Amino acid sequence: MMTRLTVAERQSAMFISGLVAVAGFAMAVAGHGDPMGAHGWITLLFAATLFFLAGEALYHDEPTEDRSAEYYDDPTKAGILISLAWAVIGMGMGVWVAAQLAWPDLRFDAAWSSFGRLRPVHTSGVIFGFGGNALIATSFHVMQRTSRARLAGHVSPWFVLLGFNLFCIIAASGYLMGVTQSKEYAEPEWYADLWLVVVWVVYFVLYVRTLARRNEPHIYVANWYYMAFILVVAILHIVNNLAVPASFDAAKSYSAFAGVQDAMTQWWYGHNAVAFFLTAGFLGMLYYYLPKRAERPIYSYRLSILSFWGIVFFYIWAGSHHLHYTALPQWAQTLGMTFSVMLLVPSWASAGNALMTLNGAWDKVRTDATLRFMMMAAVFYGLSTFEGSFMAVRAVNSLSHYTDWTVGHVHAGAMGWVALITFGSIYTVVPLLWRRETMYSWKLVEWHFWLALAGTVIYIFAMWNSGITQGLMWRTYTESGTLAYSFLETMLAMYPYYVARVIGGSLFLVGAILAAFNVVMTIRNVGYRAPQIDYPTASEAGEPAIPAAE
Amino acid sequence: MFRKLLKPFARFFELHARTHYRAERHSFALAAGIILAASVGGFIEIAPLFTIDETVEAAPDMRLYTPLEQAGRDIYIREGCYACHSQMIRSLQDEVDRYGPYSLAVESQYDHPMLWGSKRTGPDLARVGEKYSDDWQVRHLVDPRALVPGSVMPQYAFLLDAELETGSLPDRLAALRAVGVPYGDAQIVNAAADARGQALPDTDWADGVAERYGEETNIRHFDGRSGELTEMDALVAYLQILGGLTDLPAEIQAARGD
Repeated sequence: MMTRLTVAERQSAMFISGLVAVAGFAMAVAGHGDPMGAHGWITLLFAATLFFLAGEALYHDEPTEDRSAEYYDDPTKAGILISLAWAVIGMGMGVWVAAQLAWPDLRFDAAWSSFGRLRPVHTSGVIFGFGGNALIATSFHVMQRTSRARLAGHVSPWFVLLGFNLFCIIAASGYLMGVTQSKEYAEPEWYADLWLVVVWVVYFVLYVRTLARRNEPHIYVANWYYMAFILVVAILHIVNNLAVPASFDAAKSYSAFAGVQDAMTQWWYGHNAVAFFLTAGFLGMLYYYLPKRAERPIYSYRLSILSFWGIVFFYIWAGSHHLHYTALPQWAQTLGMTFSVMLLVPSWASAGNALMTLNGAWDKVRTDATLRFMMMAAVFYGLSTFEGSFMAVRAVNSLSHYTDWTVGHVHAGAMGWVALITFGSIYTVVPLLWRRETMYSWKLVEWHFWLALAGTVIYIFAMWNSGITQGLMWRTYTESGTLAYSFLETMLAMYPYYVARVIGGSLFLVGAILAAFNVVMTIRNVGYRAPQIDYPTASEAGEPAIPAAE
Repeated sequence: MFRKLLKPFARFFELHARTHYRAERHSFALAAGIILAASVGGFIEIAPLFTIDETVEAAPDMRLYTPLEQAGRDIYIREGCYACHSQMIRSLQDEVDRYGPYSLAVESQYDHPMLWGSKRTGPDLARVGEKYSDDWQVRHLVDPRALVPGSVMPQYAFLLDAELETGSLPDRLAALRAVGVPYGDAQIVNAAADARGQALPDTDWADGVAERYGEETNIRHFDGRSGELTEMDALVAYLQILGGLTDLPAEIQAARGD
């Protein structure tokens, strides 16, 4: 892969990784005796490996082919594979922590393996590792095709992808060592946060520069979503992570906000991580790969506009529904509830737009498990956004909050929507990227689909049962007016559901392992297929890269 | 009738769609639109929380965490206790009956970050302070299932053997002051000694703690041993002060006549 970079690009790759390695060494020395020191060594190792990889290729010949005649897909390929690796790690962690809640001795008594330390490894592993890498990889693929232009740069896409993964590695290893800010989905400490800002700025610049090269007058809808994802995640990340480090040679920092303001900021971040990381980005995927695979144009351009701006505007208000009946002022709670309910309109507009796109292609949904993944993702998107609006209503929230119902809801979105659309997109894009005839085994795709669906349904039903049961038990009174159940009794009642959750999660994990196996075998064993028209072009005679709108 | 009602909306959508159609030809127009649309809600919901005085109640008796308690809080965060325990009693009857007076904003006024939590795999801890003895807390942390059969909480026996790192406490208190916690110079300078003193009653160090943080400060061997200062001391000291920073919630509850 390195030899496809020019010598100057290899040099700048060496320069950048060298700089990062030096920074890592400085961290290792300054943070000696603190987890930050360990992070310094990890950074040094990571950057030094890249430095030598680039250095080894330094004296190879310049690439001779005309690079502007084709798309630049190497970073996308790497991103897809890394994403699958994180899927197995993150979901494996999920199954382990779920099992710990049923059988606490599975913790094996090490300090690093408690539920509290492993849980963020699971959440960050699947959200950022699996989801984030898939988003970065597919965004590179989609923006080039829908712009009919090659990526604007060769080093910067690698910087974005690998820099993001350095962030993920520092995050996950930090949790095991107890490095956390305790802000859910924003746990990494200050130096990791600063690094992510650098990576993210490069990502945005790369995106805009590629769009500037486009051979299409209009920017396709998938790119609106990817852009909203990049921009708003940047805002959320910067504001919620404002903190003062206790010292510059240790990991610990203290949030700039306290108490009620901190709670509001955190859930403004937390819910919009759902909105702009787990929804907007993946809608970008859906808007490209679903019409491509179905070979149908998007049903309605108008609905796309309505739902896009609706999601961008409404979602931001919704965060305070995480704080019903708390010390947050009532007016803020009410705003959150109101906008959460209104959010159903743009959400269902998106889900409906996706499903209506399949009109005329339902026979393919029946025979093609890949398309079925994406169809089912749109269905789960519709279901979980409905459930979300419902749970944001104050009266419902009084029952559901603090219980497993919330956990079930999150997983309806994360497994049913995010993971299914990602797997569908991966099965679509892998044969295209590697120029293969097809996936290695369509039967494995079919197996994966049913395992994933069964796992998701078992998981959600288990959590509905446990959440609603526990919520009701907490508020049950005896005839004499005292609480009927001790906390422990309500917890013991959860056991069968926690076992069921482990089973559901395991099925889902097996599916992800099958996907990774299938992708690797496709790359290694499936025959070459000459590409369709899949290169940058300014001429309209070339295949229009975007599915024609309306 | 229905059509008439929808007419202004239809006009708005028409204009909106036309504006968008022009904007989607320019990446920066699109980017500006996204930033603008996404900023409104956050600004309106968050900014007033800093300016409206009623957001946080006035509690003149509100006290600060001692260095030992703050160190315990940092361990609570390190171990991810917040993933299973909330510290926010909602204003619902069953929660008040189960856990005590509902939580006030002022109680987490100095909590950087707040630990309100989002999931109760275990019970709420907002008022767990002094509900159990130090001895119970230590035994429970060492082996939860020995005291509470059926509990799924992890064991934290290793805290008993881990010496508490106190050298960084002045830096930590200074950082907390930088973000708004009113620690005084003497409190910051003596932070490490005060952490030690709070777990060593009847020493000069202990007198210093009482002097700087008030006579009502808990000063005792939290982990039940007089030897070295452990992480268990810190964590138990923190747990025992939860809900005890101010009396205002109980006063409000009494005034309401519940």
